[in-house]
Amino acid sequence: MQEKNRGLALFTLLVFLFLLGPLLIISFTSFEPGTVLKFPPEGFSWRWYENILEVEMFMTTFKTSMFVSLAGNLLALALGIPAAYALSRFQFKGKAALNAIFISPVLIPGIVMGFAMLKYVIIVYDLPIYAGLLAGHTVLMLPFIIRVVASSLANFDFAVEEAALSLGAGRLETFFKVVLPNIRSGIIAAILIAFLESFNNVDISVFMTGPGVSTLPIQMLTYVENNFDPTIAAISVLLMIVTAILMFIIERLIGLSYFTKR
Amino acid sequence: MALLMLENVSVAYDNQYILQNFHLHIERGQLISLLGPSGCGKTTTLRLIAGFLEAKDGRFLFEGKDYTRVPVNKRNFGFVFQSYALFPHLSVYDNVAFGLRLRKASESEVKKRVTAILDVVSLGGFEKRFSKELSGGQRQRVAIARALVIEPDLLLFDEPLSNLDANLRINMRVEIRRIQQELGITTVYVSHDQEECFSISDQVAIMNKGVIEQLDAPATIFKYPKTEFIARFIGFTNFIAFGERTEQNGQIILRTGNHTFVAANHPGTANPSGKKCALRPDDLLVTTEDAQDVNRLQGIVKVSTFLGRSYQYVVETELGDFTVNQEMETPYRSGQKVNLLFPKDKMVLVD
Repeated sequence: MQEKNRGLALFTLLVFLFLLGPLLIISFTSFEPGTVLKFPPEGFSWRWYENILEVEMFMTTFKTSMFVSLAGNLLALALGIPAAYALSRFQFKGKAALNAIFISPVLIPGIVMGFAMLKYVIIVYDLPIYAGLLAGHTVLMLPFIIRVVASSLANFDFAVEEAALSLGAGRLETFFKVVLPNIRSGIIAAILIAFLESFNNVDISVFMTGPGVSTLPIQMLTYVENNFDPTIAAISVLLMIVTAILMFIIERLIGLSYFTKR
Repeated sequence: MALLMLENVSVAYDNQYILQNFHLHIERGQLISLLGPSGCGKTTTLRLIAGFLEAKDGRFLFEGKDYTRVPVNKRNFGFVFQSYALFPHLSVYDNVAFGLRLRKASESEVKKRVTAILDVVSLGGFEKRFSKELSGGQRQRVAIARALVIEPDLLLFDEPLSNLDANLRINMRVEIRRIQQELGITTVYVSHDQEECFSISDQVAIMNKGVIEQLDAPATIFKYPKTEFIARFIGFTNFIAFGERTEQNGQIILRTGNHTFVAANHPGTANPSGKKCALRPDDLLVTTEDAQDVNRLQGIVKVSTFLGRSYQYVVETELGDFTVNQEMETPYRSGQKVNLLFPKDKMVLVD
C-alpha cells in the first residue's frame, strides 16, 4: 500500500513538473542580467522588467489589449446577459439551435473564426481595424458570458421574479432589482473568464490586427521574431501573475470546476 | 355582484386546452379553495387570476372592472408561492418592504407597516435575517407578510404548505385562516390536500380535467358529493350503478336487474339525474341476520382486516365488491355468508 502511494506521488510530481516546468524556467530566466535568454540565469536583475516600460510598442499594445478586452467585455455583456436570460427563462421554438449557435465560437477553431472574421469584417464590410478587432473580441467573449450567466440563472428560482411582479414591479424593474443582484457573482465570473480569453487571445487577433494596431500577445510574437533578450520572459511572468489572481477570484466566485465540465 | 368573476374563460398550451368555458364566482371576504388531483387545472386557474397567464378567450371581472388584460404588476393581488420565493439577496425587512417601496411609501411609513405585519405573522425581531437563515415555516410566514403588507385586493395561495412537515402544516393552516379572517381579505387557496382545504375554507371547488365539478361549503361536499369523481375523491368507495330511478311516496326507488333499493329524499339524492348510489365504508352495515327485506344484499366475506378500532371487510356480491368498516368484538371469517344493509338516509345519488 505504502509502496503504491509513493509511486503515485512520484507520478503526480512528474506531471506537475511537466506542466509547470516551462513556467518555472521562464520565471527564472526573466531575471537574467545578460542580453540573451539563458537557463539557469547567470545572476539577478530587474533590467528586463524595466525594459518593458521602455519599449513603447509594449505599452501601446497593452493599452489596445486592455481597451479591446474591456470594451468588448461590455458589449458581450450587453448582448450575452439578455441572451442567457431568454435561453434560461423561456421555452420557444429553435431554442436548442440558438443555444448551439451561441456556443459555437468556442467549438470552432480560433484560426477558422479569425479567418472568417477577416474575410467579412475587414474585407467585405471594410470596417476600420480597431472596430474589427473590437467586434472579433466581442464575438470571442460572447459564448463565455452566455454560458457562465446561463449556468448561474439555472440555479435561480423564477418564482422569485414572479413574486416581484405580483408585488407591483415592472418587467425591467424586476430584472434589475431581483434577477441581477442574485446572479451577480456569476456575472463577475463571466467578466473575468471572458477577459482572460480575450486578453490572451492570439488566433483571432492575428487576423484582426493591422498596421499600427496590435494587441499585446501579437506584439510579443513579433518581438521574439527579432529579439532574443529576456523581455518576453518578464512580460510572461507578469501575465502569469495577473492570470493567477483572476483565476483565484473566479475560483472563489463559481469554482474552477466550471472549466472541467466543458 | 360577486367580487371576482371568471366568465367563459379558456386557457391553452400548444393548442391543448387546460381550461375551457370555465366559470367561477367568488364573494367578497371569502376563503375559497381549489382542490383536485395534479393536472386538474387548479394552479392554472390561480395563475390566471394572478395574471401570470393570459386567457385565450373569456373575461375576468374584478369589482365589476375588466381585468382580463391587466398585467400582473397592476393588479394589486398578493401571491404566496409553494417555494416561498423570497428575495435571497434581501433581509426579511427588505423582502416585506419591497412592495411598499414600489408604491413610493415614505421610509417611516414602510417601517411602521412592515413592523406591524411582521407582528401579525409572529416574526417580530427577525427583520435582519436572510431567507437562508430561516426555517421553512418562517420563510412562508415572511412570504405571507410580504403579500399582505401591500394590502392586496385579493390574496392567492399556491400550495403554500406542501413543502412543510406535517405538524407545521397544521399550525400554519390555522394561522392562515386566522390572518385571513382577522383582515377579512378575499382569498383563493390552491392545494391537493383535501383535509387542508376542507378545514380552512368557506367554499371548496373540486376540480377535475379543467372543470369545477362541485363548488360548495366543505361540509356539504363531504356529505353530499354531486359526482362519482368527487365521491371517490373524498372517500366514498362503494358504488352501485342503477338503470332506473323513480319517485314514490316521497322516496326514491332504484332498480338494477332484479334488485330494488329505496333511498330517502335528502340533499344528497336531490339531483334528478343521479342514478349511481355512493356509500362510505362506515355507512354500510354487515349482519348475519335476515331481518330486513329492502336494501339488503347477500354476499360472502372475501377479505377481513383489522384496522384498530374496527374491522374492514371486503364483501363479494352479485353487484360487485363492497368495502365495509364495522366495530365489533368477534369478526366475521373469510368465506362467511353475510347480508349487507344499505341505510336509506345514507345513500347518496351521484352522476
